[in-house]
Amino acid sequence: MLEVTTDWYLTLAAMLFAIGFMGMMIRKNALIMFMCIELMLNAVNLTFISASKHFGQIDGQVFVFFVLVVAAAEVVVGLAIIVSIFRKQSSASVDVLNVSRG
Amino acid sequence: MVEALLFFAPASLIIIGALIVIFARNPVHNAMGLVMTLVSLAIIYITLNATFVAMVQMLVYAGAVMTLFLFVIMMIGVDKKEQSTDSIKGQTFLVSGVFLILISLLAYVAVSSDFTWDLWFPPVEYDVEGTPQLIAGVLFTDWILPFEIISILLIVATAAAIALAYDIKKRSSNA
Repeated sequence: MLEVTTDWYLTLAAMLFAIGFMGMMIRKNALIMFMCIELMLNAVNLTFISASKHFGQIDGQVFVFFVLVVAAAEVVVGLAIIVSIFRKQSSASVDVLNVSRG
Repeated sequence: MVEALLFFAPASLIIIGALIVIFARNPVHNAMGLVMTLVSLAIIYITLNATFVAMVQMLVYAGAVMTLFLFVIMMIGVDKKEQSTDSIKGQTFLVSGVFLILISLLAYVAVSSDFTWDLWFPPVEYDVEGTPQLIAGVLFTDWILPFEIISILLIVATAAAIALAYDIKKRSSNA
């Protein structure tokens, strides 16, 4: 009956990316915004993997590996920044962060 | 039939998990929603013959990254009183509206049969199984320079995280 084509995977990835971007816009907690970045990165990974399957090339999966490593590094540094901001402001809300306002 | 089930069950879990991530009020619930999304994505990767990436996804994302998130949630406390007023007027309402339209449009596109993404070629007939051997064969030959660069990146990120999170005042007063 229903055949699952590459289009379905790409549409799923697009929906996941849209949800991540929407969360980025409506949430104000820096931690939640980080999770939304993770959602968007995962949506991109899904497109890479489905394209890898579609074209029969392994390079897409190698690229996902790189994205994973960069995401891990980004999370490590970002969470350290959030922790040090929290020590100063005792809040993780991005609207409170106006210390460089003139 | 089984193929369709193996797509739609994880796909719906991915979308539900993502919605939990952006709408739940308790940060621990958000983190659990993210775990749901990541694990379901690993299932989809297995169905797409990317077994190595699926395993790395489970270990690195659902394991290490989520543990880090939960550590930070516990460190800075569950901040329940997230500010609900918008600094830009009507931001939440407007963005929700625009994106709900976008997402429902994508869902419509997914179910209507006359739409296809323009992918140049039809899918290949053979399967490429993303085993560790095959990935390593490409990774350590064609992609050796990016591989070395991300090893430097990881060292820099680790050092930066320690430098950022190290509380100098507290340490020097204790000593």
